[in-house]
Amino acid sequence: MTSRDRVLRRIRDALGPARGTPVPVPRDYRRHLGAEYARADVIALFTERIAAHGTPVRHVGAGGLPTALAAALWAREAARIAVPAGLPAGWLAELEGVAVVPDGPGVDPAAPDGPDAVVTGCAAAVAETGTIVLDGGRGQGRRALTLCPRLHVCVVHADQIAGTVAEAAARLPPGRPQTWLTGPAVARGPARERSPHGAAALEVLVVEDWL
Amino acid sequence: MTAAPRPRLRFADAARPALADTALRRDLRDGAAAVRARRAAAVAETPDWAELRAAGRALKDRTLLNLDACLERLERAVTAAGGTVHWAVGAAEAARTVARLAGGAAVAMPAAPVLEEIGAADALAAAGSTVHRTGADAEFPAVRTAVTGVDVMVAETGAMVLLEWAGDARRCLAVPDALITVAGIEQVVPDRADLEVLLRSLPRSAGERLTPAVSVWTGVAPGDGPAAFHLVLVDNGRTRALADEIGRAALRCVGCAACLDVCPVYERTGPGPYGAPPGGPIGAVRVPLQRGVGSAATASLPFASTLCGACADVCPVEIDIPEVLVHLRGEVVDARRGRPVPTPELAVMRAAAWTMGDPQRYEAALRGGVRWARLLSRGGRIRRLPGRFGAWTDARDLPAPPARSFRVWWRDRAGAR
Ligand code: SF4
Repeated sequence: MTSRDRVLRRIRDALGPARGTPVPVPRDYRRHLGAEYARADVIALFTERIAAHGTPVRHVGAGGLPTALAAALWAREAARIAVPAGLPAGWLAELEGVAVVPDGPGVDPAAPDGPDAVVTGCAAAVAETGTIVLDGGRGQGRRALTLCPRLHVCVVHADQIAGTVAEAAARLPPGRPQTWLTGPAVARGPARERSPHGAAALEVLVVEDWL
Repeated sequence: MTAAPRPRLRFADAARPALADTALRRDLRDGAAAVRARRAAAVAETPDWAELRAAGRALKDRTLLNLDACLERLERAVTAAGGTVHWAVGAAEAARTVARLAGGAAVAMPAAPVLEEIGAADALAAAGSTVHRTGADAEFPAVRTAVTGVDVMVAETGAMVLLEWAGDARRCLAVPDALITVAGIEQVVPDRADLEVLLRSLPRSAGERLTPAVSVWTGVAPGDGPAAFHLVLVDNGRTRALADEIGRAALRCVGCAACLDVCPVYERTGPGPYGAPPGGPIGAVRVPLQRGVGSAATASLPFASTLCGACADVCPVEIDIPEVLVHLRGEVVDARRGRPVPTPELAVMRAAAWTMGDPQRYEAALRGGVRWARLLSRGGRIRRLPGRFGAWTDARDLPAPPARSFRVWWRDRAGAR
């Protein structure tokens, strides 16, 4: 008998007549923010929550994004950046004196001689928790790309911001590798102090079309 | 079945060094207080906390009562997504499977309770693998194989969900070529929709709105991360716990550690004396449930509690840990009752039953006892009981009894009327 058969047999023996008992799951928890949250409030909540982690966050109009990106990279003295395939070319239109490396298997953003920064979009964001979600879709790249320890500038379109974790989860196509990032990593000391580590140096640009 | 790290000492003996270590006790106390405050804040801003707990409890019960079907469904989904599923009855078998899959290659291995439980590090080292234990301060090693735990597995989609604080597992999922993930069979949930419950209740119960990095992966993703994915499903006594109708509830645990941070015993002893991670209230029920109460070490764990109930109040999946503890205490006592020579406790309990069964005998004993006890006391406290009873006063003082017992006082009072 294989171990698989033995484990399954043990489970069936352990449950006896209780096996297969249906258990209804009460799903009367909140899936959405309260009705008092207008769209602008959801965006404001996202900004507030992500800033609460100490992550810099700025709002720009679609036309202002290239300048804002160039400014963010310039402020951190980023001379060489890596970007995923499919990043809208216009985003990088204002860069000056910055070498842009396309992501690929040979690029190791975590290496000491890796790029100074990476720029990506995202798959969704969550207002309630101040979270950005990457799933390797267009303009996001491989998971390894966002492990750049120096700087990750993430562009979030306002309409990508979901109110709650449940709303964001429902928007994401299943099957893709997802990374949900909520504030910097936490050292596991007794006091669990937040300390920047790994790809913790995140900056968020929220693009609002009406700005 | 053999589990690698076994508690050999009774809890009270194993706890002695930790209790004597004042620096450790201070760290534990400060750490627990900080996490309690964060958790209280995270829960306070969750108006549907009660509904989330009820849903979490129900979805885990639904999993457990359908565990065989759930795991078969998970296996199909993981296989369809390009992963390979392995099964292990015991801890040693699980550890050997991990070591065989690693094939002597150096591995990165972030800490996870199930990896400690099966003794993965020792098995890997014995098979020639260098084990890099990643941590927030360590450089990420240049290795091609990673070994991780997981928090939740979704049977419907085959998705693995890993919540972490430090960000090392994130690297393990992105950089190496091969990924070996070890999970307890109870860590599965049936549906995608179950994640919308646990992704809220688990992190908040651990003191955050959402854990800093949550990784979700399904089999292999072409061109992104490991090209080979192995999932090792471990029983190691979980089916023994499942067979216990009351103890079964302990398998709902999602590992948030909230019960540890509110436990007055854990706050003083830390994880060591429980003999296996994670320790604390949930460890005190899971270890004897999974291994039985045959050894003095596992049999002592259900007694490592004051039954204050704080753990049951915080648990995001509503495990009534004190109820399981009391049930296991009964099991320990029953297991010993059959012994030819009664244990000292049983002898004392039998003598007490004889004495208390008759009012005259009881009052005579009380009068005698009060006299002896007052002779032992200093300043109203008894620091050490004589003889075999001394062990009970090792960790606590006993107040000296009053000169007159309640019964005598009541009778005198009634007579004075
Ligand atoms: S038993 Fe403890 S660790 Fe497990 S879910 Fe409940 S509170 Fe969290």
